[in-house]
Amino acid sequence: MPKGKDTALMSWKEVPFGCYILEPGNSVKFKTGDWRSFRPVLDKEKCIKCGQCYIMCPEPAYEQDEEGYYIVNLTYCKGCGICASVCPKGAITMVIEEV
Amino acid sequence: MLKELAKFKGFSAKNLPKEEPFAPGHRACQGCGEVLALRLALKALGMNVIAVSATGCMEIISSPFPYTSWRVPWIHIAFENAAAVASGVEAALKALKRKGRFPKNRRVDVVAFAGDGGTADIGLQALSGALERGHDFVYICLDNEAYMNTGVQRSGCTPYGAMTTTSPPGEKSIGQMTWKKNVPAIAAAHGIPYVATATPAFFLDLMNKVKKAALVNGPAYVHIYSPCPTGWGSKGEDSIRLARLAVETRIFPLYEVIEGKYYITRKVTKPKPVEEYLKLQRRFRHLTEEHIREIQQRVDAEYERLLRLAECL
Ligand SMILES: Cc1ncc(C[n+]2csc(CCOP(=O)(O)OP(=O)(O)O)c2C)c(N)n1
Ligand code: SF4
Ligand code: SF4
Ligand code: SF4
Ligand SMILES: [Mg+2]
Repeated sequence: MPKGKDTALMSWKEVPFGCYILEPGNSVKFKTGDWRSFRPVLDKEKCIKCGQCYIMCPEPAYEQDEEGYYIVNLTYCKGCGICASVCPKGAITMVIEEV
Repeated sequence: MLKELAKFKGFSAKNLPKEEPFAPGHRACQGCGEVLALRLALKALGMNVIAVSATGCMEIISSPFPYTSWRVPWIHIAFENAAAVASGVEAALKALKRKGRFPKNRRVDVVAFAGDGGTADIGLQALSGALERGHDFVYICLDNEAYMNTGVQRSGCTPYGAMTTTSPPGEKSIGQMTWKKNVPAIAAAHGIPYVATATPAFFLDLMNKVKKAALVNGPAYVHIYSPCPTGWGSKGEDSIRLARLAVETRIFPLYEVIEGKYYITRKVTKPKPVEEYLKLQRRFRHLTEEHIREIQQRVDAEYERLLRLAECL
């Protein structure tokens, strides 16, 4: 049987006073990408770099590359399909994730 | 026009702030419209804020210990007292500035976030008190039209006819039996300088309103319509479509109340039938044609009333 201290994130002695979380935005360590069953796939030919996908993503999971394209970060993308549905050019297709 | 707003040019698609005060890795459901509304509101406010969140979905999904999605100072507080704690933070900042323990000219916006339950129901008196006292803060209600965090119970903001676990439809019930409580009107009745409604589908409008709310001196209230696929029985990918339809059907009109004057920020001249909006959600699936007619009449009448307010004042 593993002990509490082996399975827990930290022992109670390490919990900061008041349960403060002292590292801003450290949820980036929590990778929500494995929730996904569909992934957005971009067709650069159709993309007009309008940024709708980026601004409407709830995570946010989009980042802009040097060429100005918005590229999905699959570490966080949950596969909701909003980006594909708001893209005015139909440049994003949701494709099933193979296991 | 308020002088604080005179210099504000507004955001445009070209000058969107790059900063993301709200980090990914949060645990909101796929396609959550509420966390998108929160993200956009914070993007408009920037990094110089102190945020206060009432308990509810946005608090739960953003702060499972030891993680936080907040890149700005943030306080989690009880379900009922977001406005009271924000009042305290604002008063403390003032005192620190007075005592020279905080730079006098440094601008910090205090913002309170709460759900519709935390605003229209249990937090209403704390909100009213804070608006009455005139604290310089922004209160943002993220309205997903029920208590979602605890499993979809009805709130004062749940629309007429909607199914929730505590407003189940059946032989003797249509679902939610009351009409949505008009919280923006209640806020405006306090005579505060700025009140607005917004939705993430019109993101520039949302960001501009939140920024204006922060710029005005004194209390400001922004009510943001926030689709919730889990609680509404809608598709995650439809969240933006629903947020747009709510406006296009006149169910959720976009307006501002600046110093008591109503301004409709998006006039809907050719409204779509409410049915288009209702049929995308499982919570309305039981409604009959007669119910839908009743809802349509109410929506039309409310919009007329709003138009008159915007014209008369
Ligand atoms: C006094 C009190 N009563 C009940 C609860 C349990 N509770 C936590 S969040 C919540 C509902 C939140 O609903 P809402 O404010 O609409 O936010 P949402 O989760 O929908 O975003 C309830 C009932 C509580 N935390 N405190
Ligand atoms: S919404 Fe579509 S067209 Fe616009 S940037 Fe994204 S992929 Fe390109
Ligand atoms: S599918 Fe959803 S989570 Fe993934 S990038 Fe598109 S909008 Fe973001
Ligand atoms: S229950 Fe609704 S509001 Fe809460 S995280 Fe899920 S989709 Fe968002
Ligand atoms: Mg709610």
